[in-house]
Amino acid sequence: MTAQAAESRDLAVVIGLEVHVQLETDTKIFCGCSTEPAEEPNTNTCPVCLGLPGALPVLNEGAVEAAVKVGKAIGASIPEETAFHRKNYYYPDLPKNFQITQYDAPICQDGVLEFGHEGERRSVGIRRAHLEEDPGSIKHVREGTESLEARTCSIDRADYTLIDYNRAGTPLMEIVTEPDFRDPAEVRAFLEKLEEVLEYLGVFDPTRDGSLRIDANLSVVDAEDVDADGEIDEDVLEEANRTEVKNISSHKGAEQALSFEASRQKKLLESGRAVAQETRHFNETHGNTVAMRSKEEEKDYRYFREADLPPLQVSDWKDEIEIPELPDARRERFQAEYGLSAEAASKLTSTKQVADFYEQLAREYDADLVATWVADNLLGELNYRDMDVTDIEDRLEEIATLVELVAEEEITAKNARETVLRGMLDDGDDPKTIVDREGLGKTSGDAVQEAVEEAIEENPDAVEDYHSGEDGAINFLVGQVMQKTGGSADPGEVNGLLREELEG
Amino acid sequence: MSDSAVDSDEVRHVADLARVDLAEEELERFAEQFGEILDAFETLDEVPEIERESDLVNVMRPDEVRDSLDQEQALQNAPEDEEGFFKGPKVS
Repeated sequence: MTAQAAESRDLAVVIGLEVHVQLETDTKIFCGCSTEPAEEPNTNTCPVCLGLPGALPVLNEGAVEAAVKVGKAIGASIPEETAFHRKNYYYPDLPKNFQITQYDAPICQDGVLEFGHEGERRSVGIRRAHLEEDPGSIKHVREGTESLEARTCSIDRADYTLIDYNRAGTPLMEIVTEPDFRDPAEVRAFLEKLEEVLEYLGVFDPTRDGSLRIDANLSVVDAEDVDADGEIDEDVLEEANRTEVKNISSHKGAEQALSFEASRQKKLLESGRAVAQETRHFNETHGNTVAMRSKEEEKDYRYFREADLPPLQVSDWKDEIEIPELPDARRERFQAEYGLSAEAASKLTSTKQVADFYEQLAREYDADLVATWVADNLLGELNYRDMDVTDIEDRLEEIATLVELVAEEEITAKNARETVLRGMLDDGDDPKTIVDREGLGKTSGDAVQEAVEEAIEENPDAVEDYHSGEDGAINFLVGQVMQKTGGSADPGEVNGLLREELEG
Repeated sequence: MSDSAVDSDEVRHVADLARVDLAEEELERFAEQFGEILDAFETLDEVPEIERESDLVNVMRPDEVRDSLDQEQALQNAPEDEEGFFKGPKVS
């Protein structure tokens, strides 16, 4: 876009994404080294992922399966034949001096992802999604006598680098969208949906460090060049200078980085200056983007076919590999099958784990009661503690037991949430221990009757007040009984029993 | 012998990409050598086509963990290492 002074220009933002997700496999993409995070550096490596001479890559079938699942979920086509390329660049995180990736024949092409944003359905085109290997991880370090941790610093202050190749060769999928986003908030909603879908497919673990990394291209065009349906002429896009923002690692970071970048570009254009076509680095601490030294152009990567990996012909896997019911479909089914509100269904399908847990319980107990328990009580109390279901995934059986106690009316809903659930989350106790310790089990009729008789015997003054027509006295006695039964008796029932006893 | 296939500017660019520092006089020399190497490839055009085995497809392995090298083995060819890491010069 040329730099013409036009203060009152109405500007529109255009964003496209390259999202790198780590695929959940047991082993690396081209060798049998484990992908489990290791305590010690360089302990999950072998001649292949260290790039030692003569070592040959062999493709992990699990990574291909995961890629096909992703393709299926986004309605992409899996081409007859797909192949790998070498992308050449020199950087110490790449032991071979090239990265094995896919270039002109990616495994997934032309997909689409729908998501909700501000009450509207949005749909973003996925141009391609391809498999590649992750590089290793680099530490920038200063000389000195302090601990390594204390000497780890930013790239420009470093004296040397230390490299750990444990991560090198981890399977990644790079998902490239069309430039269909018009607003940074949309990007965030898209990423949330993408993670949700990938998690449902069982190919992605958002809790893993570095499992999601985003590069975003952003340019600003005249608003009048955007059609009513949001389409923009390709020539206009081609002409507009765009920046590529790197180093984004979260949904929130994406929105923040792109909001900053959008207003930076708008300000430049509004003051009659030009936007430089460049790569910028997102600084999460400062919430801004800074220009990076210009890197290679695409042709400098000298892509060529990876002759050590024969091509893949897996288009028929699309029919053979099953994928689970995806979040949108499940949400709709939950509303229809369990009569849930849209809001409850949405909360209960937020992750596959929550949805599975809900269904497991809803089959046994009242679906409404279970919905309240999982969506409101459990997720609410977890959220309050900044916890996630994944933090208690080994305790879901205990939660199920608690729901059973409520469903079978063995304890009151109030006690269950306020005492048992909170105690479970705060102190790690199991529900039955808490119920026994606090004496919360709904007291049997005999015990209530006993407490009623005791209360009458111990409080002659209140009994007298009752008989002389002071109606407040009965409330005092009900309170006494409730105390004796640890709050587990039904106050209405106690009231009736007391009156019976006093009148009798 | 080709004199236009590779010039010294191209050699400089490729050397920069490979982070190799070449002196001016080396650029000329390498340009000439690259030209000769590329010419040599043309000889391949004279190789007659022969029958060959059909290409492999779908060569994959199951997603099963195999033993990795231990840290000491992994680092044994490294000129320098520190606290289990490979050590290298600073980068930009």
